[in-house]
Amino acid sequence: MAAHAHTVKRYRGLMDWLTTVDHKKIGILYLLAGGLFFIVGGLEALMIRIQLMKPMNDFVGADTFNELLTMHGTTMIFLAAMPMLFALMNAVIPLQIGARDVAFPFLNSLGFWTFFFGGVLLNISWFAGDVPAAGWTSYVPLAGPTYGSGHGVDYYLMGLQIAGIGTLLGGINFMATIINMRAPGMSFMRMPMFTWTIFITSALIVFAFPALTVGLVALTFDRLFHANFFETGSGGNTVLWEHIFWVFGHPEVYILILPAFGIISEVVSTFSRKRLFGYSSMVFATVLIAFLGFMVWAHHMFTAGLGPVANGLFSIATMLIAVPTGVKIFNWLFTLWGGSIRFTTANLFGIGFIPTFVMGGVTGVMLASAPADFQYHDSYFVVAHFHYVIVGGLIFGIFAGLHYWWPKMFGRLLNETLGKLTFWTFFIGFHLTFFVQHFLGLLGMPRRVWTYLPNQGFDTMNLVSSIGAFLMGVGTIVFLINVVVSAAKKQRVADDPWEDGRSLEWSIPSPPPEYNFKQLPLVRSYDAWWNEKQKGNAEMPPAEPVGPIHMPSPSILPLIMSIGLFAAGLGFMYDKLIVAIAGLVVTFGCMFLRSVFDDHGFHIEPEEQEKGVHA
Amino acid sequence: MKRLLPLMAGVVLLLSACGREDLSTLNPQGPVAQKQFDLMTLSISIMALVVIIVFAICIYVLIRFRRRKGDKSVPKQVEGNHTLEIIWTVIPIILLLILGVPTINTVFGLAKDYSKDPNAVQVTVTSHQYWWEFEYPEYGIKTAQELVVPTGKKIQFTLASADVTHAFWIPSIGGKIDTNAGTGTTNKLFLEFPKEGVFKGKCAELCGPSHSLMDFKAKAVSQASFDRWVAAMKAPAVLPEDSKIKDALENKCLSCHAIGENNAGSSAPNLTGIGSRQTIGGILYNDEPGKSVESNIKEWVTDTQKVKPGNMMPNAGELGLTQEELDGIAKYLADYKLDY
Repeated sequence: MAAHAHTVKRYRGLMDWLTTVDHKKIGILYLLAGGLFFIVGGLEALMIRIQLMKPMNDFVGADTFNELLTMHGTTMIFLAAMPMLFALMNAVIPLQIGARDVAFPFLNSLGFWTFFFGGVLLNISWFAGDVPAAGWTSYVPLAGPTYGSGHGVDYYLMGLQIAGIGTLLGGINFMATIINMRAPGMSFMRMPMFTWTIFITSALIVFAFPALTVGLVALTFDRLFHANFFETGSGGNTVLWEHIFWVFGHPEVYILILPAFGIISEVVSTFSRKRLFGYSSMVFATVLIAFLGFMVWAHHMFTAGLGPVANGLFSIATMLIAVPTGVKIFNWLFTLWGGSIRFTTANLFGIGFIPTFVMGGVTGVMLASAPADFQYHDSYFVVAHFHYVIVGGLIFGIFAGLHYWWPKMFGRLLNETLGKLTFWTFFIGFHLTFFVQHFLGLLGMPRRVWTYLPNQGFDTMNLVSSIGAFLMGVGTIVFLINVVVSAAKKQRVADDPWEDGRSLEWSIPSPPPEYNFKQLPLVRSYDAWWNEKQKGNAEMPPAEPVGPIHMPSPSILPLIMSIGLFAAGLGFMYDKLIVAIAGLVVTFGCMFLRSVFDDHGFHIEPEEQEKGVHA
Repeated sequence: MKRLLPLMAGVVLLLSACGREDLSTLNPQGPVAQKQFDLMTLSISIMALVVIIVFAICIYVLIRFRRRKGDKSVPKQVEGNHTLEIIWTVIPIILLLILGVPTINTVFGLAKDYSKDPNAVQVTVTSHQYWWEFEYPEYGIKTAQELVVPTGKKIQFTLASADVTHAFWIPSIGGKIDTNAGTGTTNKLFLEFPKEGVFKGKCAELCGPSHSLMDFKAKAVSQASFDRWVAAMKAPAVLPEDSKIKDALENKCLSCHAIGENNAGSSAPNLTGIGSRQTIGGILYNDEPGKSVESNIKEWVTDTQKVKPGNMMPNAGELGLTQEELDGIAKYLADYKLDY
């Protein structure tokens, strides 16, 4: 005992959640915050669709509409989709690789709190009455100091900068975790597909987010300190912003979709009771998509006037991405082929994903053809395309993942009847909303329009689209009801509730104990848990004897550091240097404390493990 | 390729004649839009083929391999299949080649520059929040909101923006291009208008509150008519006879706007011959029942922010226009028609 004589710090209730460094709890925090922002972004979407329900509608004004579309895009991408992915990453990755936590638990907590306060900062713009309105792409000069007066775009810049720190920390953390913390025997080519995609996504984050950071800093300097990066009056260049934004922005698309690919691979394979078809080609395709993802940013700028050589090259490079993506699609189909397919809600979302994502993918190839893109660009066709990819791809993937891993995260199964109702309303609503938008674009309706004149042939399809949006809203509400119902019901969930689990997370209790694995497992093959079950083993072979387990201490510092950054952001925006400096002092002070006072964590002794320490 | 042809024919049939002749990209009215439409049908056909195959396999699999109740059997755990995997890698590459070659061809074809071509008509487009300025440097004339071009000639546009980024788009004539602000990012685009008619033009890049209302018209007329239009634009402007109205016009309108040679370096839309335009402000149609040029001008000037939120023009009250002056100016402008 003497060797491990650290005091065991434990908090209860709210304090537990504010100080936790446990990846499972941080996953739940990400889910709560991401879910909250998803609802906010969804309400903004519904207001957009109400406004566009009929021509020359006056439900909201022109200014408000631009604010809504900007906040809808920014919120959904940065504050809803990414955090919900981070939720699943946190909840699942350490379990899938047989680890007791992530590589840097303190950073993990810091990442969550910076994301959260960045998101809060962006959204208090609604209450400050100064909302960003230049689109989620924030193109200059519209977002610059000359034409974007007021503090709207400042909220965008500061909010994303602070939230971006969290994302970057998460990327670094999960890269380090997957490289270093895999259980004995789990070579790279034995990693589950979801782990692979998160590994590649983390690498994408590490390379792509710095570009956004630089862009945001440059625009912040333009706005706050009269720099001239993008101010054309003083020799700045607006196309430069477009390049910087899309050098980040296109990999961001893959940051979002690759994890969905991973989720679908797990779900489809589990519920068809079959090994993932062409595992190694799936891995290779993922790496290739990520690599090509950095080579295609200028296809967002075909109409910016880059010239035929650039447009031609980026056309071809973009089309190439279809090849590895196609490989994935057919691999999923042939995973199902010959399988024994069970239609759970998770699998419905997984199967619904495949044709839906193919539709989003093929319009992507169409958009890749630069001369045709001159017609599609910035029309509703593009709106349809990226919603097919992001909602039909990513959000379906997240719903699949949530239904699939819910028992592991919360120790409760979601109700299947309500789940299926969620799927069908959301699925039908989705296609109703976005399918017609392809045609609206082809018929000449530009995107980001606050209203449209009658007699242009846009009226009926816009109405259909708005009805579909409400159906998606119904699907989301049913899901929330499902969450409440399942939370209210006391139930015990088996370790492997789907009975066909294949990866390590299904070999431990639901929800897992604080330390995940009492003994680290020995991984003897791909689909390790499935293969042990086939051999008749009831648990994974251990790779170590039972012994005291080293745990990281909880800490309140990440929360305080993020509050410091939040205050500093507000201070810079409103030119209150005292507040800005005070905020930074708080943040750096916490960093100082963290660096100077070592915290070696604590140990959970074997006798305590017997009692079962639950998260 | 042979298998694609019937599919393509079907797609063309399905898509063509979709939407308005003066607005839809699916109803091309010029060679540029036609080339783009051809690429669109080619890519839609290939993609429809892919979608059909995936849907077919998907539906087959879901019906054939669904789990029966109580089925505990374990299917064969297949690792992969090299032949199949090579097939679905190679076939997409071939399909992309079929699409890639004409794409590259058209990319360069549509990037031709007719700036030095004496037979082409040169137009300098300057976009403003939220209106379009068209200058014809060869003729020394400027107009706004309504582009007038001769049929049968190449029209070479040189485009830039006076404020934020906009995008110039006439869907049924040809795809769009951004108008950038600042030096060194001027863009070029050529279009052709084989048929006479008025085509709708739009701004396609978010440029502020009234982005959605930043419409313009492209009017294609015969060469003779175009020549008459140029001559009429260059003729000395006739100002109102009533000196009170003339004073009000000169002091309260022409401080920003231009009419003919009056205030040629203007910062607001050129009003020469506004009476013959199809719309006021790009969106108030003069030919709608109960509307006229005069009533639309009054509606616009009385409350400009109501028609186009966020635009730069002060309304009648801010300008200090009396009702009498407003009526007089509206009537004068409505009667200012060009004969062409």
